[in-house]
Amino acid sequence: MASISARRLRKELNEINVEGCPAGIKLLSADNFDTWLFSIEVLGESLYQGEVFKLMFRFDANYPISAPAVQFVVDETRGAPIHPHIYSNGHICASILGTEWSPVLSVSAVCVTLQSMLASCKVKERPVDNDRYVRTAPDNPKKTRFQYDGDTV
Amino acid sequence: MDMDDFGDDFKVPQRTVRKTYEIEYESLPQSAVERLVANDIDHISGIFGVEASAASLLLRYMNWNKERLIEKYMDNASAVTVAAGISPPSRASPSALGPDRSQGSSSGTRTSGFRRSARQTPAPPKAKPQPFVCPICFDDTQASFAALACDHTFCSGCWTAYITGKIREEGEHAIRCMAEGCALVAPDPFVRTALTDDPETWERFNELLVRHFVASNPNLKYCPYPSCTYTVSCPTAASKSALTTIVPIVTCGPDANPPHRFCFGCPIESDHRPVICSIAKMWLKKCRDDSETANWIKSNTKECSNCQSTIEKNGGCNHMTCKKCKHEFCWVCMGPWSEHGTAWYSCNRYDEKGGVDARDAQSKSRASLERYLHYYNRWANHEQSAKLSVELYAKTEKKMEEMQVTSNLTWIEVQFMKKAVDEVFKCRMTLKWTYAMAYYLEKGNEKELFEDNQRDLERAVEDLSELLESQIEPEIIPTLRQKVTDKTVYVSKRNEIMLEDTAKGFLEGRWQWNVPVEGFD
Ligand SMILES: [Zn+2]
Ligand SMILES: [Zn+2]
Ligand SMILES: [Zn+2]
Ligand SMILES: [Zn+2]
Ligand SMILES: [Zn+2]
Ligand SMILES: [Zn+2]
Repeated sequence: MASISARRLRKELNEINVEGCPAGIKLLSADNFDTWLFSIEVLGESLYQGEVFKLMFRFDANYPISAPAVQFVVDETRGAPIHPHIYSNGHICASILGTEWSPVLSVSAVCVTLQSMLASCKVKERPVDNDRYVRTAPDNPKKTRFQYDGDTV
Repeated sequence: MDMDDFGDDFKVPQRTVRKTYEIEYESLPQSAVERLVANDIDHISGIFGVEASAASLLLRYMNWNKERLIEKYMDNASAVTVAAGISPPSRASPSALGPDRSQGSSSGTRTSGFRRSARQTPAPPKAKPQPFVCPICFDDTQASFAALACDHTFCSGCWTAYITGKIREEGEHAIRCMAEGCALVAPDPFVRTALTDDPETWERFNELLVRHFVASNPNLKYCPYPSCTYTVSCPTAASKSALTTIVPIVTCGPDANPPHRFCFGCPIESDHRPVICSIAKMWLKKCRDDSETANWIKSNTKECSNCQSTIEKNGGCNHMTCKKCKHEFCWVCMGPWSEHGTAWYSCNRYDEKGGVDARDAQSKSRASLERYLHYYNRWANHEQSAKLSVELYAKTEKKMEEMQVTSNLTWIEVQFMKKAVDEVFKCRMTLKWTYAMAYYLEKGNEKELFEDNQRDLERAVEDLSELLESQIEPEIIPTLRQKVTDKTVYVSKRNEIMLEDTAKGFLEGRWQWNVPVEGFD
């Protein structure tokens, strides 16, 4: 019997293949049920005009009961979006990836939420505790207990 | 074996009267706290005429504050019911608290909202498309579904996995509906049914409930020792103002070795008598902030002040004798030991003159650092000596065995050694904290009397400590036994005086501080 996470991810992948991703989001790779990569850009007017970011999803066997680990990829070619809730190592402080996660949410839903989080950004700046966080951050952002403030998603 | 059984060696009077430095408290096993929880739930359930499970959610929402809950509920029952996650906003009305299909009835074993099959659901509000597929796992072989009062339906397998994760990974006792943005909270019978096959997680859930109850109640504190489930009830230490006059050191119920001793009033997980919580916390913070400056002191080696050879401290005693030149000195102040036995012994006192004479900022800051180091040095030394007592225990054990061979003493009769080591350890803990206290005490008569007690205790402890580390020749064992026993009684008496007088001073408001202290004006 296939695990819940494999069945669920197969279904989500199938939907993406049939219906396509939401506008501005492209599936880069989904070769297994551990790690998926997307490219993400904000369409229309925003502070991130012309910038394309890379988003990584990591799933464990408990997906979708527990949230996927989601972060922006930081490599030689690109960095993480400059945003008050995104750390320079790509980790994201968003409550839907933590306490507000619902198993009903999907990979597409997360992409859309992050896209609108970028779209509504008013000031391009790093979180105030960026340096301290990045210095001690775990590899997997799910291991961090973020404090979500009022305007997070 | 029972270490308290020392025959007639120690004629310590039976403790009938509580000492000033001891406080009244009660240790409760989890079952006793569960009864307190059940009482509160019954109480609210009776007043409001709601199910126990709803009463529990209401109480948890209001952090177990019954008075506030009753007030709020009387004011607007439906708003509280929605806010507590019992019913969805649209359907909020006090009647929604009655026996509800999705919350089950309190009778019988099937007290759950888990529907065994979608088809058996009596008159669902809106027809589900048949066959219903769980929107989380999309497993069409699932036949058993469940929903809270909001009717967000998912399969039982997903509910169980979700509830288990919330309890096990997140330590959550208020488990929200799985639907996005839905604020309903799973009532206890629903959780229980989901965990039918996992009694361990169900037990963990109940422990989390008890912890929440305890954390919300200022009269209670959970034992901080890992995996201990005891709670201590100490109403006398529940208010902030009480903590300026008492040091609520408590020990939890089970006969653990070492005992689970902790402070009811602050997060320090050890006995910090005779110092009150705010001073203890201030001192620990100061030590943390200045740890780099003072780190070198903690080292276990020093140079002999006479011949400069390296000397290592491996016992608890401060009386050092250089192996090379036989120079005898005090480990703490490095002064000659000969001065320490006399009446003008003042190793514990800091000479404030340097600070008074300091004119410019640089020498002032130097004087203040010196002053801090004086106290820190002695604090750290007692801590270090107490740590070395593990070694001392092992050595003492060996000596006790030897004594049995070389003398005709029985195992019970050689326990005086073990008892003495215990006492030294205990007194070093007291002494350690007296240096934190002295650092903040305002100069004057009261401080001098405090330091007299401190000096007397310290001298007695060092004496006994030295005796315990001395070589034991078979022929001196009877006299040694008498000496150690006498000194142990004396040390214990000095410790009592130190603790008792300091505790009384707090009650009488006798202590004055040289810095602003929380709770004092
Ligand atoms: Zn399911
Ligand atoms: Zn719901
Ligand atoms: Zn305990
Ligand atoms: Zn305390
Ligand atoms: Zn020497
Ligand atoms: Zn000295």
